[in-house]
Amino acid sequence: MPLTLTPNMPDQDAIYQDLIAAHEGLSKDDSDALNARLILILMNHIGDREVLVEALRAAK
Amino acid sequence: MNMEPRYRLAFQLYPYEKVPAQDAGAPIRHPIVIVGAGPIGVATALDLGQRGQPVLVLDDHEGIGEGSRAICFSQRCLEIADRLGCGEAMVEKGVVWNLGKVFHGPQKVFEFNLLPEEGHKNPAFINLQQPYFERFLVDQVRAEQAKGTPIEIRGRNRVTAIEDKGSHVLLSIETPDGPYQIEADWLIACDGARSPLRDMLGLGFDGRVFEDNFLIADVKMTADFPTERWFWFEPPFKDAGQSALLHKQPDDIWRIDFQLGWDIDRERELKEENVRARVDAMLGPDARYELEWTSIYTFQCRRMERFRHGRVMFAGDAAHQVSPFGARGANSGMQDAENLAWKLDLVIGGVAPENLLDSYSEERVYGADENILNSTRATDFITPKSEMSTIFRNAVLTLAHDHAFARPLVNSGRLSVPCTYDGLSLTGDDALPGAPTRSRPGAPSPDTPYGNGFLLNALGADFTLLTVNTDAPESVTEAGVTATRLALTTADDPTGLIADRYLGQASVAVYLIRPDQHVVARWPDFDEPAIRRALRHAIGLE
Repeated sequence: MPLTLTPNMPDQDAIYQDLIAAHEGLSKDDSDALNARLILILMNHIGDREVLVEALRAAK
Repeated sequence: MNMEPRYRLAFQLYPYEKVPAQDAGAPIRHPIVIVGAGPIGVATALDLGQRGQPVLVLDDHEGIGEGSRAICFSQRCLEIADRLGCGEAMVEKGVVWNLGKVFHGPQKVFEFNLLPEEGHKNPAFINLQQPYFERFLVDQVRAEQAKGTPIEIRGRNRVTAIEDKGSHVLLSIETPDGPYQIEADWLIACDGARSPLRDMLGLGFDGRVFEDNFLIADVKMTADFPTERWFWFEPPFKDAGQSALLHKQPDDIWRIDFQLGWDIDRERELKEENVRARVDAMLGPDARYELEWTSIYTFQCRRMERFRHGRVMFAGDAAHQVSPFGARGANSGMQDAENLAWKLDLVIGGVAPENLLDSYSEERVYGADENILNSTRATDFITPKSEMSTIFRNAVLTLAHDHAFARPLVNSGRLSVPCTYDGLSLTGDDALPGAPTRSRPGAPSPDTPYGNGFLLNALGADFTLLTVNTDAPESVTEAGVTATRLALTTADDPTGLIADRYLGQASVAVYLIRPDQHVVARWPDFDEPAIRRALRHAIGLE
């Protein structure tokens, strides 16, 4: 399964808003921790090292 | 020459005795000399001695140093000790544990049960103070000597110089009665992490040095603590450091490890009142205990580039060191011992070419790299090296409390498992489609119930031709080595584990197994030319 780098979120504006809202009112430390938990949860959901390595490369 | 001991002894087992060689005019030649009577040196001596090779072991002390040290002995390590004859005594004395708890600060993150796999003679792990482990090995040497096995241990014989003469090495030895010299056709250096022999030969020891210190305490306590492994990330008790570990041992002794960090005052930390302050903080103010032994341990992750240098082979901590996380030190050293012994036996016997000894280095360097990788990963999880690394580590611990997926990410050390020599020089072909991955060529043969006992006890000391559901000759001899058949059938496999561990989807199997119980190659039938080729390959002839 290759990494999807083309549009793949039907409700992109709503999902993006959810992400920003989740951080509202959090300190920098709490936001960092939330991001880390979120990344780990999504990594596990993907569960494919090749895709994740590709994603890490794309994000760099 | 200073002959003062460097450490206190738990057991004095080989007191100095003067031998006639000390007065001989010329150095006496020995086929094999092992320097260091620690667990790896003595195990190597036992294995070689049982194969009929005369072995001389030199140690600069008169017995076994005190302190629990290695403490955790793995299944493979116990299987090796069992083949040498002393595994059962170790398991009987040791503490078996399956339950663990992981804490982050004051909060319990989760509990685990190792759920040991059925059908093995030996448990996944035992906890046992290292002096006991070593004593059982030396007891076995004494039992072997009584039967005439040619092993000799000389205590308080300190090697002070080594000279490589090409065809042999010349050793200078200091004793309470003054110096003498001996010659060795082959020398095995099991002289520990600081290996004086390594230094004398000017050999490097490269790798990553973690500047970290552990305060280790053996605490005697009759209180009713459960037989569990408790591990703390960021322990909540005062001055406990980055991590702490509480582990049960035999004789009501508990082992406590405090990770102190890199910038410490060793003498101050080792003062009894300071050790007690930490232990009190961990066990609570009401705990009554005696301090049996304390030490500070600094670890490093590194190895020699090669473990063979001409006529000198390095094994155990002398060749490689890892962090304590995962119990990969002594356990991997025992695998060095069993890897080297049969090879050296065949080389000395003139059956195998000398380059078979290079495969010792190749295979055990591979094992050391695997151990260093695993223990480095654990170290980086336990002691994050950056702010973001800390954030992710803590996120894992937070998630592990509620979600199963995060628990395997929690890394307080990956417990030692034997390495599989995938794709290395001696490893043969996997010609058995559908067979289990765990018993592939290069892997140590998995144990299973067999008859009234266990399979590994039925494997010979030499090569074994293990057949499942097929006929084969009782033995195959090629180039001077014999593989003796061991016939299994699934008609006599009430647990189904022979099928599970050796057949998988296949209905018939033939395995060629090395003297150290690692699989050379496997086939779907008795293919004599292929077996002969594999045997030659396994002793370095092709």
